Amino acid sequence: MNFSDYLLLFGGMGLVTYLPRTLPLLYLAHKQLPQWLIDWLGLIPVAILSALLAPSLLTTVADRSFSLGKPELLVAIPTLIFALKTRSLGGTVLVGMLLYWLAGFFI
Amino acid sequence: MIQNKEIQPLKSSKILRQGASTAWPICLGYIPIGLALGVLAQQAGLPWWAVTMMSVLVFAGSAQFICVAMLAAGSSIPAIIFTTLIVNLRHTLMSSALAVYLSGVSRRFLALFAYGITDESFAVNMTRFRAGDWDRWRALAVNHISNFVWIVATTTGALVGQLVPQGAFGIDYALTGMFICLLVFQLNGRIYIITGLLAALISVGWYLLIPGDSYIVGASICAATLGYFLQRYHRRSQ
Repeated sequence: MNFSDYLLLFGGMGLVTYLPRTLPLLYLAHKQLPQWLIDWLGLIPVAILSALLAPSLLTTVADRSFSLGKPELLVAIPTLIFALKTRSLGGTVLVGMLLYWLAGFFI
Repeated sequence: MIQNKEIQPLKSSKILRQGASTAWPICLGYIPIGLALGVLAQQAGLPWWAVTMMSVLVFAGSAQFICVAMLAAGSSIPAIIFTTLIVNLRHTLMSSALAVYLSGVSRRFLALFAYGITDESFAVNMTRFRAGDWDRWRALAVNHISNFVWIVATTTGALVGQLVPQGAFGIDYALTGMFICLLVFQLNGRIYIITGLLAALISVGWYLLIPGDSYIVGASICAATLGYFLQRYHRRSQ
């Protein structure tokens, strides 16, 4: 592929990445949102974070099957407890990395 | 400019500093992932400048990984663009949720802000907005600092990535650790815990049963809707 092929590909990808990010914001930020929508959107962050995390901890990517023994999951439990106790974002990231690094030697 | 009418509460250097101190967990996570993407892209035959161009035009990690894999497999340009659209549809939900905190803001600002809405910046900014100690300028700084680190990391990966050892210091776990903590920040009451558990259950089931990436959007909408009705039912019965 040459320069213009890449420009076409990434320009197209950029457009379909940008529109879903910008259109709801441009539309909704200038509207009086009904209370039910605000309530519903308030539950979206916890739902999205959980939906991003749970499959990555509880399933294997290769064959898309359920798994309870991944190091990612085993490390997630003490990391979660640390986060609940300290509520420190930076600390949790570092503790998670350290435990995952150590887990690499044992598993 | 229209924006001049708005009062900026702090100097821009301070906004940048606060943005950086909030964005660093994202950046820490982006470095290994960006390097890995750069290496893969280089192995798939992309020149380094194409990797830079991709990270500037398409700031979306998962879509970029899929793009590289599809290029390596010889997919057509329309097929890759269509797949990108599907993978990134989840950001409509995040953009909508952010609108609650950016209501009435100038469209010019929103257009600039929307470029940097990723899973990571969304999660970090939403947490801070809800805590009440955040404004749109700091949120914008988080978006663009993350983007800058992403561009540098992916380009570096394409240039020298093979020299970096795999999995050093558990850095592959940085984003997972960040998401775990941000999830904890969201648990401000029973309904949030229930919604999170529902989303975990539905997303795992959906992921196992339905091919593709619809599980994120599907499970989020289902769980938030169930949570919403549970909350309403609970309020009525009181």
